[in-house]
Amino acid sequence: MLIKKADDIKSSEITDEKTYLNRRNFLRAGGLIGSVLATAGVYRFFNPRPSPEIATGDITNVIKPEGKFTSADDLPNSFEQITNYNNYYEFSTDKQAVASRARNFVTRPWTIEIGGLVQKPKVFDIEDLLKFEQEERTYRFRCVEGWSMVIPWVGFPLKKILDAVVPTGNATHVAFETFYDGVVSETPGVKLPTEKQQMPNALFAGIDFPYVEGLRLDEALHPLTILATGLYGKIIPNQNGAPIRLVVPWKYGFKSIKSIVKITLTDKEPPTTWNIAAPDEYGFYSNVNPEVSHPRWSQATERRIGELLPRKSLLFNGYSDEVGKLYEGMDLKKNF
Amino acid sequence: MPNIRFHKFVLGVNALVPLAILFWDAFRNQLGTNPIEYFLRATGVLTLTFLLLTLTITPIRKLLNFNAAIKYRRMLGLFAFFYACLHLTTYVVFDRGLNLADVVKDTFKRPFILVGMSSFLLLVPLAITSTNNMVKRLGGKNWSRLHKLTYICAIGGVIHFYMMVKSDITYPVLFGIVLTGLLGYRVMNRKG
Repeated sequence: MLIKKADDIKSSEITDEKTYLNRRNFLRAGGLIGSVLATAGVYRFFNPRPSPEIATGDITNVIKPEGKFTSADDLPNSFEQITNYNNYYEFSTDKQAVASRARNFVTRPWTIEIGGLVQKPKVFDIEDLLKFEQEERTYRFRCVEGWSMVIPWVGFPLKKILDAVVPTGNATHVAFETFYDGVVSETPGVKLPTEKQQMPNALFAGIDFPYVEGLRLDEALHPLTILATGLYGKIIPNQNGAPIRLVVPWKYGFKSIKSIVKITLTDKEPPTTWNIAAPDEYGFYSNVNPEVSHPRWSQATERRIGELLPRKSLLFNGYSDEVGKLYEGMDLKKNF
Repeated sequence: MPNIRFHKFVLGVNALVPLAILFWDAFRNQLGTNPIEYFLRATGVLTLTFLLLTLTITPIRKLLNFNAAIKYRRMLGLFAFFYACLHLTTYVVFDRGLNLADVVKDTFKRPFILVGMSSFLLLVPLAITSTNNMVKRLGGKNWSRLHKLTYICAIGGVIHFYMMVKSDITYPVLFGIVLTGLLGYRVMNRKG
């Protein structure tokens, strides 16, 4: 049998050294660029760029009151800042992600049920509440996390609606509840059906829902305490607590409960969500107080959104003259 | 040898990619509504990431029989230190307004900062003794004993992250799980 000898490799087929090195450089450059792109992709995946989300209608019947609730160096934050940096744990624990995750939250029709220790319990329709005279109230807003904003709310005093139901003589406190229709899953991380849900919920937030808050009756009746239905003259966007939320400007932001469906007058201090989650960190009163520090956030200073350097925090968020007398004789370190 | 140099170059460039994107985003005003908080959070997470990457070198060497991996460890460690410095500087300058007395006060007032600050201080001697010369001066045994401090720094870093998060502990727990795996591997190896 004839065994054919393999042909010698033709010299023309041998890669010359220059080409070999070029190829090597080419691969190296490819490897470098490829790895940089991959790293950038991984980084971007974990650090998404926050995207602004807005668009709501105008509120037409807004009046501007005489009084001023901010000082000369409190410039209102922009609509974009106010509507893209929100703590609303039902949607997301990421403040920049709330706006887009709250987009499909259905806030019409909407009613608020007011009951408990009152003479005339009543269910208010949001449309009727919007017919109340709406005032613009520009307040400082201080979050317990150490940041703050100045927000031109639109709304009306909570007192108006409480007067309408006539609290009985033994009512001492007011409890509030946020809308919630999530099915509480036993297994964390399990997706729940969202088809019929009015509120697409966060899968895991680490706190119990529905969110509940409370005030002492005299705090609730204070003229600074308002129910807000808008901001910047526009209907309040979902991420800010549509269609109606509480604003208590001298307390940390989490007291100003969002998307309220229920208000109950009681004769004892009602449970509050963050206090249940961590009683040693969040007290019932949660008045802004630079002297009482939080384990994670020194409350002595705050970062005003839009400013680079910290500024000093003020007792009662700068509303001492108005609300100081509510707490006369109380030890504010104990009643934090 | 030139291959290793090139690989180090690739690694170095990649390690700086997050920083480049951070600055690019900052420059175009795209760090969101609270850019300082974003920058603080990102540099903190990068520090932890590089600390954990440093700790994966030993398992990689042993499990994949890839001894040369050791050649990249110092660089990863130094990048962890680099991002830690950025993290601390951001806190001191923008969160405390460069008021050093306030930094000291704040550190002792808030436990999670105390934990973070201690971990950072432990990283300093490790960075200083990272040169070849220092390894020689200390002697290999002492050097590696000293550099076991990396474990403490990583544990401290993860605890620091866990303590500062309000209620959604997903990310700190993820870092914790990876770290437990990396340290667990070492414990098992020792016994085995």
